[in-house]
Amino acid sequence: MTYIPISPAERDAMLKTVGVKSLDDLFDAIPKKHRFPELNLPAALTEMEAAAHLSEMASSNENVREHLISFLGAGAYHHYVPSVVDHMLRRGEFYTAYTPYQPEISQGTLQAIFEYQSLMTNLTGMEVSNASHYDGATATAEAVNLAYAQYRGKRKKIVMSPTVNPQYREVIRTYSQGMGLEEAGDDPTQTEVTPEAMIAHIDESTMLVVVQYPDFFGRIFDYTKLINAAHEKGALVCVVANPTALLMLKTPGDMGADIVVGEAQPFGIPLWYGGPYLGFFTTKKSYVHKMAGRLIGETVDSRGNRSYVLTLTAREQHIKRERATSNICTNQGLLALGCSVYMSVLGKQGLQEVANLCYQKAHYAAAELSKIDGFGLCHTEPFFHEFVLCCSKPASEVNQYLLDNGILGGYDLGKDYPDMQNHLLVCVTEMNSKDEIDTLVEILKEM
Amino acid sequence: MANIIEPTIFELSSPGRRGVKMPASDVPVTALPPKDLLRSELPLPELAEVDVVRHYMKLSKFNYSVDDGFYPLGSCTMKYNPKINEDTCRLPGFLFTHPLQPIETVQGNLALMFEMQEWLKEISGFAGVTLQPAAGAHGEFTGVLMMAAYHKLRGDTKRTKMLIPDAAHGTNPASVGMLGMQVVTIPSDDRGNVDLEKLKAACDDTVVGMMLTNPNTLGMFDENIEKVVNMVKDCGGLMYGDGANLNALLGIVRPGDLGFDVMHFNLHKTFSVPHGGGGPGSGPVGVSQRLVDFLPSPLIGIVEEGDADTAPLYGFVSPKNTIGRMKAFHGHFGGGLVRSYTYIAMHGPDGLKDISQYAVLNANYLQARLRDTYHIPYDRICMHEFVMEGRFEGSDIRALDISKRLMDYNFHPPTNYFPLIVSEALMIEPTETENKDTLDRFADALIKIAEEAKTQPELLHNAPSTTQFGRMDEVKAARELVLCCWLPENYEQMT
Ligand SMILES: Cc1ncc(COP(=O)(O)O)c(C=O)c1O
Repeated sequence: MTYIPISPAERDAMLKTVGVKSLDDLFDAIPKKHRFPELNLPAALTEMEAAAHLSEMASSNENVREHLISFLGAGAYHHYVPSVVDHMLRRGEFYTAYTPYQPEISQGTLQAIFEYQSLMTNLTGMEVSNASHYDGATATAEAVNLAYAQYRGKRKKIVMSPTVNPQYREVIRTYSQGMGLEEAGDDPTQTEVTPEAMIAHIDESTMLVVVQYPDFFGRIFDYTKLINAAHEKGALVCVVANPTALLMLKTPGDMGADIVVGEAQPFGIPLWYGGPYLGFFTTKKSYVHKMAGRLIGETVDSRGNRSYVLTLTAREQHIKRERATSNICTNQGLLALGCSVYMSVLGKQGLQEVANLCYQKAHYAAAELSKIDGFGLCHTEPFFHEFVLCCSKPASEVNQYLLDNGILGGYDLGKDYPDMQNHLLVCVTEMNSKDEIDTLVEILKEM
Repeated sequence: MANIIEPTIFELSSPGRRGVKMPASDVPVTALPPKDLLRSELPLPELAEVDVVRHYMKLSKFNYSVDDGFYPLGSCTMKYNPKINEDTCRLPGFLFTHPLQPIETVQGNLALMFEMQEWLKEISGFAGVTLQPAAGAHGEFTGVLMMAAYHKLRGDTKRTKMLIPDAAHGTNPASVGMLGMQVVTIPSDDRGNVDLEKLKAACDDTVVGMMLTNPNTLGMFDENIEKVVNMVKDCGGLMYGDGANLNALLGIVRPGDLGFDVMHFNLHKTFSVPHGGGGPGSGPVGVSQRLVDFLPSPLIGIVEEGDADTAPLYGFVSPKNTIGRMKAFHGHFGGGLVRSYTYIAMHGPDGLKDISQYAVLNANYLQARLRDTYHIPYDRICMHEFVMEGRFEGSDIRALDISKRLMDYNFHPPTNYFPLIVSEALMIEPTETENKDTLDRFADALIKIAEEAKTQPELLHNAPSTTQFGRMDEVKAARELVLCCWLPENYEQMT
């Protein structure tokens, strides 16, 4: 297959204009001994063949729509995506445009992302949102960068709860390798930790406290006291939040959080085997100059029309170079648009219905599962749509048994928490019918 | 009050309007959490589905895109994105697989990723590839972390400097800045190559390595590339290649063969992942043998060998001295890797070489057509792009004016003001997916604009005039910092 729209005659005419005899003559600057390597790749497929080949690869997976009943969450969530979302994302005007560097002919993208920023600030209770990050994990790592910049490297301690998503904590460690940070709080054997217990770790050298809401085990804590205590020591607090939960719960903004980040994949983005997803990043206006990423601001054009532009670009890599707040350039623009369409087409009431269904079904599942001999709920705190099920057997065995019966069980917490080998993180969303939940319960009863 | 062409989604809201409804709950009711854990209000828009569709349709029409026309944005490789990619990446088997599913249930995904690693290795001449990075800059950061880890493991702790040419993209120094390393800027010589004298002077035992874009951002393949690589290696440094310009090199030369140690791919440039109005991209990174043990974790590997009857079992493996995890899960699988996999599969070795040959032909053709009208400071055979000056002797017309005027001719402008070493830079990258007629129309427009600059400069100063929107007041945006909006009923309390 080729997408080159040039005929041999046109090619020859063009070569003549350039003043070379053949296409190969254009590459004299390349060291001769390395020029034109033979690439050992499969022969080209036609579109028809490629479509068939890819279909075959895709269908050799077992997916959660056609083959498996899923109770797996742990950072990626199976939700219903209204039809409209993908119809809008498939508009070539949106998906084949670049980052909106030329605002006169990019107002579609610019207004859509401005609206995305607005949806996120209204959702989190914060004052500003950027135009997106690669995912929830990298957004969280960028919160560390913001705090580091805020204290100009003079404070180096980060207090992190062990109940922040383990992958996010890993990414923070990867990102901060050059900073020489001191860490406290993140002890994966101390999983019963309450927000109050975190306070003991915060001192005058602490730049940032990171907690998750609901936490990785699904628990809902009000972090207000923790945030106040952190502020007394001058530290910033970053709350990693699940956007679906925020539709129902008190906002981190109301608790006084300085930065609220998270993974907006639940809002209209398919599971897609882990990406691309959508990291959101919101904060207070006073930190906007230290914030990473693109920002859209409102303005007017020369004809008096309200319009939108990329603004505060002096923070960014193309101007500040090595002193930029971050190196981020391409972000997740199209998915921010998808998130906006999702939120708009469900609207306030539809979104509340999603949140309520998640909550109701998860609580029904928890109640039924905990009635089974050998299973019980691990925690007593309120939860949203994920909870930890204590099993009398290793979670890996439980999951294997479930898989043999066509069910993707929960997340095996033993992978990240050494004392939790018998603990399963179960997730229930609006996609799980009562029948599915009952099936899960029946199968576990038989185990 | 500014004139409003399309209200925001918040302004379009009307309390009580419904869009998509969710089914009623089929489980017994559970009481909500205590009230002090609940939010008091949810100030989000309320619209009907048709309101939403018309809103976004209207917005889409304010955009210019590759599907609309020529988009010669230098350094960005705005090629046509085959439509079949949009279908393959949405196959249910890809859309509805969870990243934490047991590997036995996602062998299709893992096989695709494994093959993609192998293909990218073959195309670039590297020994290892990670698919994790989310975009080019993320790949750069990954690469720089590996370079630092390599020296650190050898106890070579003096190395704190990264050499970066003055023509480099801003993400290069910014990636280095994220690790607190020092940037040493290396100038270019008058042929657009790295200045060898200056490079030599900078090479010592404090050098981590060099980040080089080749072809560079002038569109020039460095004529002394082997000398440059050797100089950096002789002082113990590592060579980073910015692969943003790989569209010039497919089947032409492999960066690994030239001695580079690490390079990021921009799948959203070279391998047809659409740019999405600013992402998502995908930025895999290839490394030489020296760095394979430092790659991010996990990689896709064969965890159980297959034989004649059974396929191998693909799974995750972790390199010995890994720098760690760069993001959650496994990279931009669906919207990134599946599209690029489809694209590479449809091209094969010869098709890939064609891509680069025609990308370079198109750039040279445009350069030849414009040479007599615009000053091209580094004028020799270019690769997939070239840079000319957007200014004229005795005129106050600037690159920006020319760019805006191009919109009146229904073209997207080239990249402006980059690279920084060319004054009033206009960086033009036509890509291989444009035909001769389009290139001729574009060249004709630029030649006509040069004429207008002399005879009717106000046409350029006031451009664009045929578009829906005129030039923006960027100062006002930065001064007033209106970064979000609210529901009409909430405006007063929020502002
Ligand atoms: C030369 C060069 N390097 C690096 C990048 C950064 O890539 P990305 O935007 O994917 O992060 C770009 C893209 O804009 C580029 O043109």
